[in-house]
Amino acid sequence: MDIKRLAESLHPLEARTVAFLKNAKTLHELVAATGLSEVEVMRALQWLENKDVLKTRQEVKEIVKIDTNGELYAVKGLPEQRLLKALEEVPRTINEVGKQAGLSKEEVGISLGVLRAGGALSLAAGKLSITPAGKKILQKETAEATLLKKLMTHPVNVVHLSDQERATFDSLRRRKSIVKTTLEKTRFVDLTATGKELIKIDVRKLESTVDRLTPEMLRDSSWKNKTFRRYDVCINVPRIYRGKRHFVNQATDYARRVWIEMGFEEMEGPLINTSFWNFDALFTAQDHPVREMQDTFFIHNPQKGNVLSQKLAERIKAVHEHGGNLGSTGWKYAWDIEEAKRNVLRTHTTVLSAKTLASLKKADWPAKFFAVGKCFRNETLDWSHLFEFNQTEGIVVDPDANFRHLLGYLKRFFSKLGFPQARFRPAYFPYTEPSIEIDVFHPVHRTWVELGGAGIFRPEVVEPLLGEPVPVLAWGPGFDRIMLEYYKIADIRDLYSNDIKQLREMKEWMR
Amino acid sequence: MMPTITLDKGVFESLVGKKLDLDKLKDRISMLGTDLEKIEGNEIHVEVFPNRPDMLSEQGFARAFGAFIGVSPGLRKYEVKPSGEKTIIKNIPKEWPYAVTAIVKGLKFSDEKIREVVQIQEKLAVTHLRNRKKGGIGIYPLDNITFPVNFTGKAPQEIVYRPLEFSKAISAPEILEKHPTGKKFGNICKGWKKLPVFIDASGKILSMPPIVNSHEMGKINEKTKDVFIEATGTDLETLKVTINILSTALADMGGQIYSMDVMYGDTTLTIPDLSPRRTKVDTAFVNKLLGLNIKELDVKRLLERMGYGYQDGAVLIPAYRADILHQVDLIEDIAIAYGYENFKEELPKVATVGKESDVEILKRRIASILIGVGLLEVHTYHITNEENHDRKMMHPTKLVRLANALTADYDSLRNWMIPSLLRVLSSNTRHEYPQMIFEIGRVFIEDESMETGVREPYRLAVILCGPGFDFTRAKQVFDALMAALDLTYDVAEVEHPSFIPGRVGRASITKKNVAYIGEIAPAVLANWGIEMPAVGFELNISDLFELMKK
Repeated sequence: MDIKRLAESLHPLEARTVAFLKNAKTLHELVAATGLSEVEVMRALQWLENKDVLKTRQEVKEIVKIDTNGELYAVKGLPEQRLLKALEEVPRTINEVGKQAGLSKEEVGISLGVLRAGGALSLAAGKLSITPAGKKILQKETAEATLLKKLMTHPVNVVHLSDQERATFDSLRRRKSIVKTTLEKTRFVDLTATGKELIKIDVRKLESTVDRLTPEMLRDSSWKNKTFRRYDVCINVPRIYRGKRHFVNQATDYARRVWIEMGFEEMEGPLINTSFWNFDALFTAQDHPVREMQDTFFIHNPQKGNVLSQKLAERIKAVHEHGGNLGSTGWKYAWDIEEAKRNVLRTHTTVLSAKTLASLKKADWPAKFFAVGKCFRNETLDWSHLFEFNQTEGIVVDPDANFRHLLGYLKRFFSKLGFPQARFRPAYFPYTEPSIEIDVFHPVHRTWVELGGAGIFRPEVVEPLLGEPVPVLAWGPGFDRIMLEYYKIADIRDLYSNDIKQLREMKEWMR
Repeated sequence: MMPTITLDKGVFESLVGKKLDLDKLKDRISMLGTDLEKIEGNEIHVEVFPNRPDMLSEQGFARAFGAFIGVSPGLRKYEVKPSGEKTIIKNIPKEWPYAVTAIVKGLKFSDEKIREVVQIQEKLAVTHLRNRKKGGIGIYPLDNITFPVNFTGKAPQEIVYRPLEFSKAISAPEILEKHPTGKKFGNICKGWKKLPVFIDASGKILSMPPIVNSHEMGKINEKTKDVFIEATGTDLETLKVTINILSTALADMGGQIYSMDVMYGDTTLTIPDLSPRRTKVDTAFVNKLLGLNIKELDVKRLLERMGYGYQDGAVLIPAYRADILHQVDLIEDIAIAYGYENFKEELPKVATVGKESDVEILKRRIASILIGVGLLEVHTYHITNEENHDRKMMHPTKLVRLANALTADYDSLRNWMIPSLLRVLSSNTRHEYPQMIFEIGRVFIEDESMETGVREPYRLAVILCGPGFDFTRAKQVFDALMAALDLTYDVAEVEHPSFIPGRVGRASITKKNVAYIGEIAPAVLANWGIEMPAVGFELNISDLFELMKK
């Protein structure tokens, strides 16, 4: 790298450090010289090492220091010296000599050991007396005392001790708190070839490069005389998170757009509905298994709602019981309005189609409606089952509509969803006749995938609601399946796990 | 739940009278409106739609399939000879008032045939008879029975017989308590004063419907040739169809059907009555609904492919079909016979104007404003629990509860949104802060003025969670939203147990309260295990929508 560019890209901490590298060779020296904190110098050294300006290495030294007892003995003399001195005049008992020399029992013990080994004492009739060898010891300073005095003034690297000092140190080290050693780490800085070039530049001057453009500089035009520090533009930056829509809502908004593009108007309605709308209006007999507890969520409070239109209720009752005047046999049972009042969480968006049909006037035909929304089924959560799911559904109210039109709408609808190949099979739904199961050809997996049901509403559904048995085309693809596939989600619960990391990282809906 | 049946390939092919290669078989089965689930060796597993109980046997399925592929089209004829025997219905429990009976002779039972008969019985009981709640079926060796047979009600203690696979006779209460089917279906007749029984002229108990047959009188084996069959239950029409399905399936196994007189006091029914129902089908209506241009002769031909007869402009509906309520049911069968794959699709040119709902437009606009201030949208369940709403929020409420929740974790519907958002935060404490989230969703509040007794307004909740967030920050976001929507608002200080006192306000627009803004109380955060300050607001979007319309 060009040395000048390198110099210009130095961070202020780096520039300040580099300015002192000529003389300072250790971290310690650099901290003293630059006036920066140790952490700052360390960071600068790390960055410079990454830029191949220098290398750092650490050396560890063992330093000999005087310890607490050592300090005391350096002044007062070592215990064995003091004991000998106390015997210079007269022989004394062990107790007396300890008292005289001002030594603890323990110190007396140690001293006796040292002195007897050197033949400095003798014991007779319970009394200690000094020997000629002992007297000789008192005449000059001992090696121990010399070392302690030396260590009092400055600690010594263990490798710098003379052989004799080393022996003395070893014997003192075995005694309590007289000397100690500590490990001292020193971080050395060695310049690389690049570094040696770099310090030739007057980096002091570079220290005055600008790290950030400030409003003041712009106000007083001082930026004109400044050079801006070069950044490393290749470096990874800390990630920031944007606001975004939940990915499921991105997908349902897309479904909404597909319907609107095909000329459909959106239907809206509550999630709790009476069984009247959810089942009875859709010609689902009151003893039909779908109305049993295991499939549908019923509401505890309020358990029942109202059936607001008496007239409509009578018409529904008639088709259920005997088919009304439609040429239908009906289900041949006694229809119970109380059963129809039971509140449920809607099991399908078809409930909205029923309500819409009930609200239409003849002048509104032909008309097309759609819904996108949550439906519910009473299931235990697991990887493939949710008790809340998205359904989308469309209806076409057109007196001239027929089965071939339904197939035409389906073909176009699924083509817009990205499945140009669709095939149709017979199916059964309680409220449509004929009924269709739709398979689409999966372009990647190259197989047929079941994607939803369709049909023409039975006259027993349409006539009571709309007033005339007009053919009403209806279809309702399951949308969760398309979403799982797009977002590559294997466990359906992950649609609503609301894991913030997942939400932040989830890809956008791009269709 | 779709019922499935298992077909033995050999039996099926001999019944159909034609062999098809596998691909053709698969294709034809699914285009008949049934679903081939899988083929394992000689077993073909097929799903049958619940409206077609007549196809829930090998015989019934083969009958429909043979007609569909053109081997044996048209109405199948079954000869019924009078047996001269009687069943007398008397003193029956009011909960189980009907019985129909018949006789089939000349069967050759093998293990395989017994398996087929058991399958028919079980499938019909589960689907058509709603898991025996609407009725039960019984089959008995004819030889042991002395006619006339009585169907009557008796006090439970008076009923003593040896149930199937038991070694000795026990009383009805013991059967309900100890016998496997007694335990399984006993709740159907729970609390009945009288239980229904079939007793023959010699006083032997045949069975106690719909629970279990007698081991001595009601167990068929390889030696059985002639059988007495019955269906009992709550709805006579359903039972007639049941006995029609059962007797025709046995006839297709090689049996001869004999009718019986079933006597209800003065009224006598001749069972089974296999005469077809006649109805009209209007060719013009067929063409209009299907978008076709076919002739009456085509209609006849197509109906015959679905096993119907056609005579003098009338359709003859087989007596085993229970699903023909209206002409449209026949028209669907015509469409199936025509072949869904043979219809030419057409997209009609009907001009309509597409339109998104106004509330959805507002919701989307609000979401995009909040994204503009860096918020992340979450999506939570409507179903929650009282613990999350009441105890953790320190805010007693009355929730709309579910009657039949499967777990206590999800047994109520939320009545405000902030608990749902705190639940999200509590499960994300390991992720990077700040966490700034929002959701627009429905809440559920009891309201007698509504059709269901529940109001379901949309609410927006915003929660900002992270170091340094305070009331000011929450109000700033609220203010940004109001400004973007061109609304002015007032805030008054209020008390709310979920927020820090003195740091919660009620926002109103033209005197209408629309939102709470505040700092979540530390005790609430502790309940949720959240160790970061959280602030935010909850805004009624439905009220806002009404205000904006004005």
